[in-house]
Amino acid sequence: MELHGLGISELSHLLKKGEVSAREVLESVYSRIEAVEDRIKAYVSLTRDEAHEMAEKAERDISSGLGKVLSGIPIAVKDNMCTRRILTTCSSRILHNFIPPYESTVTAKLLDNGYVLAGKTNLDEFAMGSSTENSGFHTTRNPWDTERIPGGSSGGSAAAVAADECIAALGSDTGGSIRQPASLCGVVGLKPTYGRVSRYGLVAFASSLDQIGPITKNVTDSAILLNIISGMDRLDATSAPVAVPDFMSVLGMDIKGLKLGIPKEYFIEGMDPEVNASVKEAIRKFESLGADTVEVSLPHTGYAVATYYVLATSEASSNLARYDGVKYGFRTEGRDLMDMYMRSRAQGFGAEVKRRIMLGTYALSSGYYDAYYKKAQQVRTLIKTDFENAFNDVDLIVTPTSPTPAFKLGEKTADPLQMYLADIFTISVNLAGVPGISLPCGFTSDNLPIGLQLIAKHFDEETLLKASYAYEQSTGWHKRKPSL
Amino acid sequence: MRYEAVIGLEVHAQMMTDTKIFCGCSTKFGSEPNTQTCQICIGMPGVLPMLNEKALEFTIRTGLAMKCRISDYSRFARKNYFYPDLPKGYQISQYENPICEGGYIEIVVAGEVKRVGITRIHMEEDAGKNIHEGTGNFSYVDLNRAGVPLMEIVSEPDIRTPQEAAEYMKKLRTILRYLGVCDGNMEQGSLRCDANVSVRPAGRKEYGTRAEVKNINSFRFVEKAIDYEIKRQIGVIEEGGEIVQETRLWDSTKGITESMRTKEEAHDYRYFPEPDLVPIVADRSWIEEIRASLPELPDAKRQRFVSEFGLPEYDAELLTTEKPVAEWFEEAVHSGGQPKAVSNWMMGDLMKLLNEGNKSIDECPMKPMQLAKMLKLIGSCTISGKIAKTVFEEMYKTGEDPEVIVKEKGLLQISDESAIEKAIDDVIAKHPKEVERFRAGEEKLLGFFVGQVMKTTKGKANPQMLNEMLKKKLA
Repeated sequence: MELHGLGISELSHLLKKGEVSAREVLESVYSRIEAVEDRIKAYVSLTRDEAHEMAEKAERDISSGLGKVLSGIPIAVKDNMCTRRILTTCSSRILHNFIPPYESTVTAKLLDNGYVLAGKTNLDEFAMGSSTENSGFHTTRNPWDTERIPGGSSGGSAAAVAADECIAALGSDTGGSIRQPASLCGVVGLKPTYGRVSRYGLVAFASSLDQIGPITKNVTDSAILLNIISGMDRLDATSAPVAVPDFMSVLGMDIKGLKLGIPKEYFIEGMDPEVNASVKEAIRKFESLGADTVEVSLPHTGYAVATYYVLATSEASSNLARYDGVKYGFRTEGRDLMDMYMRSRAQGFGAEVKRRIMLGTYALSSGYYDAYYKKAQQVRTLIKTDFENAFNDVDLIVTPTSPTPAFKLGEKTADPLQMYLADIFTISVNLAGVPGISLPCGFTSDNLPIGLQLIAKHFDEETLLKASYAYEQSTGWHKRKPSL
Repeated sequence: MRYEAVIGLEVHAQMMTDTKIFCGCSTKFGSEPNTQTCQICIGMPGVLPMLNEKALEFTIRTGLAMKCRISDYSRFARKNYFYPDLPKGYQISQYENPICEGGYIEIVVAGEVKRVGITRIHMEEDAGKNIHEGTGNFSYVDLNRAGVPLMEIVSEPDIRTPQEAAEYMKKLRTILRYLGVCDGNMEQGSLRCDANVSVRPAGRKEYGTRAEVKNINSFRFVEKAIDYEIKRQIGVIEEGGEIVQETRLWDSTKGITESMRTKEEAHDYRYFPEPDLVPIVADRSWIEEIRASLPELPDAKRQRFVSEFGLPEYDAELLTTEKPVAEWFEEAVHSGGQPKAVSNWMMGDLMKLLNEGNKSIDECPMKPMQLAKMLKLIGSCTISGKIAKTVFEEMYKTGEDPEVIVKEKGLLQISDESAIEKAIDDVIAKHPKEVERFRAGEEKLLGFFVGQVMKTTKGKANPQMLNEMLKKKLA
């Protein structure tokens, strides 16, 4: 296999032994990008020059024995994480020229570990969407079928990983934005517990829900990246003062006796039959590995989408107020201040972002606050309690990641509600703040990937990764590659 | 008809922390525009606030000094509105669950002690400044002030007159300065006051419709602006009109308040809990530590100055308004100065000199110990009270010890009987006519002879001895 087709652990091994150089790895990834990027459009900006410098540094470090876990590994970063001196757009016209003078905590940690930035990947504008069709620049295609969407909002990162245009990637997940595209692109996507990973430098969509996580070619790489990006940060008050275990140490452990809960509310009518069948098959696989399965109930599941769209849009309406044309980014001159504000925001933001700003502004308005925002916060507490109750009886919860495989470009753009329902299985996890992972668990007859979601209790990514690894090793779905 | 005003004040106090409330930038006043900023206080994408613990401590300190409850659970909220000096498009403030609630301040009005309730004290960040003057067709934004920590201190509507409002502001300022949490400078904007004013017929229970008066930017204007607003509202009612709920701006040059926006035009700030900051659950033992570290507050100090030093209320009040003045006084007393004498010299000569030089007591070259020494020199008749004035001025100018000044300037009092006698004899010899008139009963001429002797002795003759000897000689 060519170098760009490998994962972090395999490449890291080769690099350390001196069998390949960081430059060769980067060249391989860039030759792949040159070959397929026209069809995939995973990136907003490629950072070839910076990547070369980073690869050279990695080579020096490796040869002087200072090599780190990620030395020489090209990693793609979703373009809503700030990278110092490197364009960071959130796939929005309003930030089309924004170059941060600071580094996000996660990318600073990747830098400390020697990574090579492959480029900044495409997303639904400000991470608002489930198909990457809301990007202000272009739509990313699914490597398994370029007539289909890659999912979203981290569609660029998931597609880049699936198409081997990078070795691994970072995404962010507010309502499923890592897991759903990972599922649709046939890769591994992990959303850590809220507070596990610092949000400093992640351009906020909904602060109480956003979380950064890895999108990788296998579970091992997910654990490697989680080890690096986790931990309390003095720049993020919501990062949790919780010890970070070595997530690699649980890989390969036996899962005999592990209790898996199957929430009855997640196996609903209208779910794609092939998805249903694959997930059921995966559950049987877990049983064959020695896990016990039991039906559980998450009774408030039906309210999750509505709750999410009140809370996320409320926070977004406030988080996006800073893009006003005054200090940085896009500005249209106006007759006066108000006119400048209105023109800049009207032209700088896309339709979905404006829709959500309006929804959130409405939900927070005096006279509506109690009926919407406050009520949604109360339901959020109930949803969180649902999970806590379920986790009294089980170690993990198993669900499909997405009700359908990747849908066609343009299929849902006319109907925002249909688009919102693409996240029906992932949204509760963000509301509850628990960790979730999507793993490849099969393919449709059209050769489209299907994803399985595992959910664990707060800060129990160890169990999540242990079970994921056991499943992955016994199936091998992750080894399949799209033919491009 | 007689009317009664109902007044509540919302005071914003800039905290004297070294750094801003949510980032590490300096809070220094008066630097070049936008030199004290970072990605956090200018609201760049992706950055997050971290609470400055000092700001929390200062607010709790203030709350404790004003007898507030310190909340077990407090949180920040976002106040959303668009303005160029507000870089994030929202101000991080507190709404529900402020850190301090339910305290009071005591003021003295016409000799009576009155309690003004404190509804709440909360923390928030200051905004930047828009600059419109001398900028041509453009406006500029200076974000040095953005993120400077503020306390908002909200009073109950317990205030009834403009004088009470002024007293309240003075007392508030005194307490904040005692606590070292705010420098209390209204002109520089580190202390700002908005007044909610309504009027009602005297004796009625229900409140009238209120107007909020903003932009009261000096102590002088607290009374004036509120007085104007009360009279304006009474005028409207007397003419059969109705008060509208609105925000009004005080215009200090015109001396009037003018409507800024009505209730219908009021912003909907869409407050909601700040998701980027975790709720504050202040540690009880930390709160007790802060309580234990509170200084003696002005009221307690004033009472002690009366009981411990036997000062009149008036003196005690004046000496305790500023903590450094009170400390200066106590140091002088502890150095042996008689309290009332120290008070007299401080309230008279010292304050006059400080005011003339526009100086604070911290900048006074004379030390309290030196005033005490000077008082001893008077007590031991080494210098006269009159000479002491000269010595005092010299001490104030140079910071030199009084003994040194007396010696170098030859100001030692003449208490030598023969020297005084000789001076008296000379004067009597020179003024035979006056001597005759005195002996004929014109006793007020004694002052003339005292003056003449003082003139020849350059004021150094011991006045008591001089008086007695003169009377004998002229008898």
